[in-house]
Amino acid sequence: MTVRRPAGLRPAWLAAGVVAVLIATILGLAFGSVPLPPGGVAVEMLNLLPGVRLTSGLSEREVAILTQLRLPRVVLGLLVGALLALAGAAYQGAFRNPLADPHLLGVASGAGLGVTAVIVLGASGSEGGLTGLPIGVPAAAFAGAVGAVALTWLLGAAGGRDRSPATLILAGVAVSAFLSAAQTYLLQRHLESVRDVFSWMLGRLSTAGWHDVLVVLPYAVVTCAIVLSQRRELDVLTVGDAEAKSLGLHPQRSRYLLIVAASLGTAAAVSVSGLIGFVGIIVPHTLRLLAGPGNRALLPLSVLFGAAFLALTDLLARTAGGDAEIPIGVVTAFLGAPFFVLVLRTSRTAPE
Amino acid sequence: MSAIEVEKLTVRLDGTLIVDGVDLDVAEGEWVTVIGPNGAGKSTALRAIGGLLPFGGTIRWHGRVVAGMHRRERAKAVAMVLQAPVVPPGMRVFDYVLLGRTPYIPPLGRESAADLAAADEALVALDLVPFAGRRLDTLSGGEKQRVFLARALAQGAGILLLDEPTSALDIGHQQEVLELVDRLRAERGLTVLATMHDLSTAGEYADRIVLLSAGRVVAAGTPSAVLTEANLAEHYRVKVRIIPGDHGPLVVAVRTGP
Repeated sequence: MTVRRPAGLRPAWLAAGVVAVLIATILGLAFGSVPLPPGGVAVEMLNLLPGVRLTSGLSEREVAILTQLRLPRVVLGLLVGALLALAGAAYQGAFRNPLADPHLLGVASGAGLGVTAVIVLGASGSEGGLTGLPIGVPAAAFAGAVGAVALTWLLGAAGGRDRSPATLILAGVAVSAFLSAAQTYLLQRHLESVRDVFSWMLGRLSTAGWHDVLVVLPYAVVTCAIVLSQRRELDVLTVGDAEAKSLGLHPQRSRYLLIVAASLGTAAAVSVSGLIGFVGIIVPHTLRLLAGPGNRALLPLSVLFGAAFLALTDLLARTAGGDAEIPIGVVTAFLGAPFFVLVLRTSRTAPE
Repeated sequence: MSAIEVEKLTVRLDGTLIVDGVDLDVAEGEWVTVIGPNGAGKSTALRAIGGLLPFGGTIRWHGRVVAGMHRRERAKAVAMVLQAPVVPPGMRVFDYVLLGRTPYIPPLGRESAADLAAADEALVALDLVPFAGRRLDTLSGGEKQRVFLARALAQGAGILLLDEPTSALDIGHQQEVLELVDRLRAERGLTVLATMHDLSTAGEYADRIVLLSAGRVVAAGTPSAVLTEANLAEHYRVKVRIIPGDHGPLVVAVRTGP
């Protein structure tokens, strides 16, 4: 009798994910206002490894563009995409709701309000002359997102009820509506800031060097470590709380740990990138349809393919619109939605 | 020593008293079935005995007080098959059965060879080997019920709690599943506590029957002692005829009209 294996991460899928990330990285580095040969880019990347010294044929100026401008942005895209997709997969598992996404618990509206407040206050303080977004924007977005999730959390238990998944989602809807209203009110009073606020809200990856990458990195590491360590628990949660409990799990504790970790990761991503929708829904769902629903494979694959997906959409955002950059949130929605419908249709007909 | 000892069990749901001072004893290797009309508190009592609900009173499994046991220890001692378990979409049968090994897998750990072997063995015991790679949500009702049992079996617990294990099955599959449970009980010395609706089936398979009404035990004993026309008339408000059978009395409802 052969001993059967549990459904886990298949090596082929892992390899596919790694290849996708590498291809997205090389393409993201090679294309832009100054096109660089992808082969030379790949060689330069190898040169970044300690002890490797190869000639890539790129000029010094091109190498500078590559490592000082494009690399930070591509790495940021990879990190943000990985975080959003992973957080989406974690929320969907924790809430046992396929429509759950990182913006569900008020993350988006909280961040939006925080950013609006900072921009509005900054604009009234410093007599116009706003060339870039104020320095405090990422911090405000982060604070707003975390604050909104905390509020959702508290309201979800109001009246001494258990924080069931449904109550939490409903509390999230209420918090989102309230914070959005507050944001709209603020904007209405300061119409001169609308442009700045929207340029952030539609999603953007900055090219301001390694600063943003370093801001997100610790949260990305913590979120990935926690969520990935819980992937077997997420599979147990799929049988429902009563049965998970009879199997020796503490379902609520596992769920909260996942929600807190995913929210922290989302807040960090949102604070540097603005609101980039769809990634948290489309990437996990596509993977679920193609590679199967088991969370043990789904979560690590979401990290890889989410990273590759966002790096590629950022490439399109930079290049497709000519000189004017298209907001990346617009590109993810434009590309993601039809692609998702396509996957949905083809996988319906395919026998599994 | 009894496998299950229940003293003065009370359960409140949303402030309403559902189970009201139930005493129950199940001996090692015994099969006891709880019957009672709808709303009598059968399922609630069973879930409390399984440690899934907060309760008043004392519950002991193999002499150990349940309230003091860790979640994992509980899951190693008692396995439950709930009524209409959730079927996770897209999950393979083998992976589902493997979930039964959850209490043995350390946090951050993964299944050991022993866990995989236990899941395999449960599949063999319930004739599910050909289904191992199939998706659970594509199986028929009878096949699913066997998979639920396989998961409980893989849990390696000495006590099996079954909540309406056959209510979704046709009569043939009811018999098949209950025969399987009885065979496993004999082979592995399992103790079975079940709730059931079908009174004749309950009587056929149980060593003892407990009749619950309005949250209290109103009759307990051998099937022929509990399944009497008087008991059923009083608590189910039904007119029945009792026909003696080979294993237990057969209960047939008859018209009350002329």
